[in-house]
Amino acid sequence: MAWFSTSKAKDKKFNEDIWLSCPKCKKHIFKESWLQEHKVCPACGHHGKLTAWERIGITLDEGTFTELNGAIKPADPLEFNDAKGSYKDKVAETTEKTGLNESVVTGSGKINGIPVSIAVMDFRFLGGSLSSGTGEKILRAANYAYEKSVPLIIFSASGGARMHEGILSLMQMAKTCAGVARLNDRDIPFISVLTDPTTGGVSASYAMVGDLNLAEPGALIAFAGRRVIEETIKQKLPDDFQTAEYLVEHGFIDKIVHRKEMKNTLSRILSFYNR
Amino acid sequence: MVSKIELEKKLALMSNSPDLFKREIAKVKKELAELDSQPQDRTPWETVKLARNPLRPVLQDYLGAIFTDFTEFHGDRRFSDDKAIASGFARIGGEPVMVIGHNKGKTIEENIERNFGCALPDGYRKALRMMQLAERFNVPIITFIDTQGAFPGLEAEERGQAEAIARNLVEMARIKVPIICVVVGEGGSGGALGIGVGDRILMLSNAVYSVISPEGCAGILWRDGTKAPLAASALKPTAPSLQELDVIDRIIEEPADGAHTDYDATFAAVKQALLEELKGLKKIPKAKLTKRRFEKFSKMGIYNE
Ligand SMILES: [Zn+2]
Ligand SMILES: [Zn+2]
Repeated sequence: MAWFSTSKAKDKKFNEDIWLSCPKCKKHIFKESWLQEHKVCPACGHHGKLTAWERIGITLDEGTFTELNGAIKPADPLEFNDAKGSYKDKVAETTEKTGLNESVVTGSGKINGIPVSIAVMDFRFLGGSLSSGTGEKILRAANYAYEKSVPLIIFSASGGARMHEGILSLMQMAKTCAGVARLNDRDIPFISVLTDPTTGGVSASYAMVGDLNLAEPGALIAFAGRRVIEETIKQKLPDDFQTAEYLVEHGFIDKIVHRKEMKNTLSRILSFYNR
Repeated sequence: MVSKIELEKKLALMSNSPDLFKREIAKVKKELAELDSQPQDRTPWETVKLARNPLRPVLQDYLGAIFTDFTEFHGDRRFSDDKAIASGFARIGGEPVMVIGHNKGKTIEENIERNFGCALPDGYRKALRMMQLAERFNVPIITFIDTQGAFPGLEAEERGQAEAIARNLVEMARIKVPIICVVVGEGGSGGALGIGVGDRILMLSNAVYSVISPEGCAGILWRDGTKAPLAASALKPTAPSLQELDVIDRIIEEPADGAHTDYDATFAAVKQALLEELKGLKKIPKAKLTKRRFEKFSKMGIYNE
């Protein structure tokens, strides 16, 4: 039996326990093979979004991850309310649904035996947005790398700054970059991995200033949104605009790495680090 | 509370016999001064509109009025000279400094040439070159922030807008000379922050500084761009709010009806603030500057733990 069905989604009665439809090519694929491939479509190679914990599971050596600063969670510094309700309620709801306190999970662990400080963003938590708490955790991950002299690895997945925290979310861009800047003083490597999507305030801060920037295939990586640009310049944009491949072509990403190669690629790069 | 007009009338009447009303006059004058120093009852949205007022002084006005010997330098050595940002050496109160700022124009022609102060990556890279030049010459840096945001366009993305801004955030944390940033008009998101990391962050009393424009925020969270006034209130982008959140260090008071109503008073206030801040920063040993800057930004943000 093929591991994906060529029939269109509407053709067949769709058993969601067994099948799912690829977000990109829309083909029906066995849920089991999708999960086995760590959410990479066996038909088209589309890299689906991973949760922070799934990412940690496939990146770090089993049993080596120690979470740090996991208790940090959002405050509501602006007492922000919008059309859909309060920021406080939104956070409570998201925490309930995801089991996460913030949009990033940070800690220490080993990649094929090499100790690292790692931060992994989770898009499910308010679109992986950069808040005061997220910024603080990223900074502390950088500070841990600085103090322990271990490489820093950040997996980004974010729609950008968290508007609900206003100017404080903007300032996290400067704060996290100040943390990254200090690594230069001790020549500690920082590898940034940009996954789908990495946009706005996260792409315009720590995600784009790795000593090496890696990306997953097809990831959306952008500063401004496609629609905003089209409205501003009144012109159609190329199809591959703001994809990982486009950024490699224009010199802003060092390497595109398939999910199944990511751990070994990271450890191969880190093996060149002559401490 | 008594209105300003009533107090002024009273004062005018009493000044016919100043000896008789000596104590009373002093009291009214004091009340008037207190009224003047109070923030006006503007809504955040009204302040946003004031910050965007096209008659407000812009970089070239400040350069002409409070600096001497401005010597402009061009180009990012990579691709182009972005006219949305101007930069060069200048003197203030005789002291040499590097001035870098968003370069909004005064006329349509100027604004088209300078993209209304919305910079390309080339602009941010020029700014960084100039900061490193200031480091080499050992002169403090003053940045003027006044932009809707970094330019959202095809060539901006192509040439790495995100990387250019991010690089500045990293490098500004490491620059070994004092940096003073002044938000003089609209501080629009990453495009503002790209020249906004410093030892002292100043803001004019009617300037705004925000993570997103109220219109943009309203479009996303209210799904209705016309709800911008609501978004402006929610985002709290005004100077008093930012001071309360410990994002800015000092508010420079504008004339009561806005900087555009009295250029000379605005220039005097900005110049005085800059001279005081420069003097203060001079006292900090060079070796401690970047450590202090790191600590300053490390503390930004409010979260629970
Ligand atoms: Zn697919
Ligand atoms: Zn191109």
